[in-house]
Amino acid sequence: MKRVYVNEKWCLGCHLCEYNCAFANSGMTDMVKALKDKPIYPRVHIEQSDDITYAVSCRHCKDPLCVKSCIAGAISIVDGVVKIDKTKCVGCLTCVLVCPYGAVRPGPTGAAQKCELCLENSCGEPACVKGCPNNAIVYEERQEEK
Amino acid sequence: MIDQYIYPEFEVVRNQNRCISCRVCERQCANEVHRYDTDLGVMLSDETKCVNCQRCVSLCPTHALKIVKSDCRLRENANWSDQTIKEVYKQANSGGVLLSSMGNPTPLPVYWDKILINASQVTNPPIDPLREPMETKVFLGKKPEKVLRRASGELITQMPPQIELSMPVMFSAMSYGSISYNAHASLARAATELGICYNTGEGGLHEDFYCYGENTIVQVASGRFGVHKNYLEAAAAVEIKMGQGAKPGIGGHLPGAKIVGDISRTRMIPEGSDAISPAPHHDIYSIEDLRQLVYSLKEATDYKKPVIIKVAAVHNIAAIASGIARSGADIIAIDGFRGGTGAAPTRIRDNVGIPIELALAAVDQRLRDEGIRNNVSLVVGGSVRSAADVVKAVALGADAVYVATAALLALGCHLCRTCHSGKCNWGIATQRPDLVKRLNPDIGSRRLVNLMNAWRHEIKELMGAMGINSIECLRGNRLMLRGVGLTAKELEILGISHAGE
Ligand code: SF4
Ligand code: SF4
Ligand code: SF4
Ligand code: SF4
Repeated sequence: MKRVYVNEKWCLGCHLCEYNCAFANSGMTDMVKALKDKPIYPRVHIEQSDDITYAVSCRHCKDPLCVKSCIAGAISIVDGVVKIDKTKCVGCLTCVLVCPYGAVRPGPTGAAQKCELCLENSCGEPACVKGCPNNAIVYEERQEEK
Repeated sequence: MIDQYIYPEFEVVRNQNRCISCRVCERQCANEVHRYDTDLGVMLSDETKCVNCQRCVSLCPTHALKIVKSDCRLRENANWSDQTIKEVYKQANSGGVLLSSMGNPTPLPVYWDKILINASQVTNPPIDPLREPMETKVFLGKKPEKVLRRASGELITQMPPQIELSMPVMFSAMSYGSISYNAHASLARAATELGICYNTGEGGLHEDFYCYGENTIVQVASGRFGVHKNYLEAAAAVEIKMGQGAKPGIGGHLPGAKIVGDISRTRMIPEGSDAISPAPHHDIYSIEDLRQLVYSLKEATDYKKPVIIKVAAVHNIAAIASGIARSGADIIAIDGFRGGTGAAPTRIRDNVGIPIELALAAVDQRLRDEGIRNNVSLVVGGSVRSAADVVKAVALGADAVYVATAALLALGCHLCRTCHSGKCNWGIATQRPDLVKRLNPDIGSRRLVNLMNAWRHEIKELMGAMGINSIECLRGNRLMLRGVGLTAKELEILGISHAGE
């Protein structure tokens, strides 16, 4: 399965991926309308310390802790993609607590949200990858699946 | 007295209706122009520091930015232009020589733009490069005078050493130090993939790039930085740099602050010491001295590699080239007055040297007249900007061209001409690790390969239109060129007729 991978060597810490993600998942057609003067809720986050930065998003684990932990059965795996059903999420945020990558976070409504690879939003392919200026995140098929 | 205030050259125009305060521009500008004001909740800018490199413009996700030339002008004066006056202010402030980067930007004539190319009609039909084979391969090096046979009648096919290029274009010298590790990696990888050569410049060859040796030209310059046996042996050819188009007659100076880590190791000089390239080679004061260096280098490389001599295009270039062609060198590279540089005194860059088109035509003609054109191949650089320039250069007599500025543009350079600040926002002319990182060689080399492949297609189309199917048939074929708006003297030097003739 194709996943989003990080080449932290090339990440500039520009945070463009966060904004592209928030826009792609906003359901709107104009970035300014979608993001101006509002808090943003991206599903990819830049981790940084002094001289290292990289983007973290859901790894779509084979045996995901979030799926096991969800008390409402809101998280499932569909064709390898780990998805959250917002209508079932009760906002307990257990998934946020258990995800070892910190890839799940509460969204604007309080329901948990995470990267679902942009497969169903307006972008159709990971927006973070598409907009990264330096190939620091890529969307590809790799062997080493966990 | 205090320093004379000079109004900033550019204005940063931010469309606040579009800006989403993502702060990408702030993070990407190494000149620290942009900043977010938490009290006001908006982005502010300090335009005094902007160099118009357009990094922020390119990365702003909502296209909220533009950089415009400030219209705050001094009182108009046809003799004392705004720029001339400000240069006086700058020098009165600093007491120093003005520094500049990249090529001469002044509006002196560009002869390429006054030369037009022929096409076939009716009697000698054009060729369609998509249907018929077209040869763009060239060999650089000394060519035999005549066909030689052994007593048995068998042809002697042994040739002096040659460089084989898949197209008549090479990336010209840019040293590791003046440009970044990632810029070098991009050039080396692209040259290898394309079957052409790139040039180390005078900064030595980083140990990681020895694997690209077959597509590398190594330079021996007046500072002799990084020159040793393995360096010479790794390369496809060795270039002796006598001069450079952007600063003929001037040496180089890479400040000690930039001589750190790998750069100091590669140049083989201590960390923190200034890398000074003297203006002359202190062992070369005549063609005979030059010949000695040529033969020392040939001896060191077992006569297996062509030796190139690179000179700047200056007034007596034809006579100089004639001397070089007799020095034992295999290739002469001539760099015109528009050639780029990482740093040069502004007055030198803008006022010294001559246009490459005239130099090329004069040299090719002189070498032919003296019957020594076969002794050497001719490579020209100094602002070859497109496939059309390449075709015109070949028709004027060049065997190949050197391009550097176009290659840097492909890597992201926006010609802001502040390379000497060391803060290139595109990761090219800088050694700051956070900036160098901005140039991913996977992307850089792909863009260089794209550019050269595009040029190759265009060269084939231009050749096809002329009814020529091999670049060898175009070389020195000045009948394929016509001048427009040129004087009789200019046409005479270029060796071409005027359009309509
Ligand atoms: S867009 Fe790319 S370079 Fe910029 S922060 Fe995200 S991963 Fe890093
Ligand atoms: S793939 Fe889409 S949803 Fe996932 S992190 Fe990237 S931009 Fe966000
Ligand atoms: S220096 Fe470059 S990145 Fe900085 S504001 Fe000017 S154009 Fe933008
Ligand atoms: S990059 Fe563009 S949108 Fe982002 S803060 Fe700068 S001007 Fe505003």
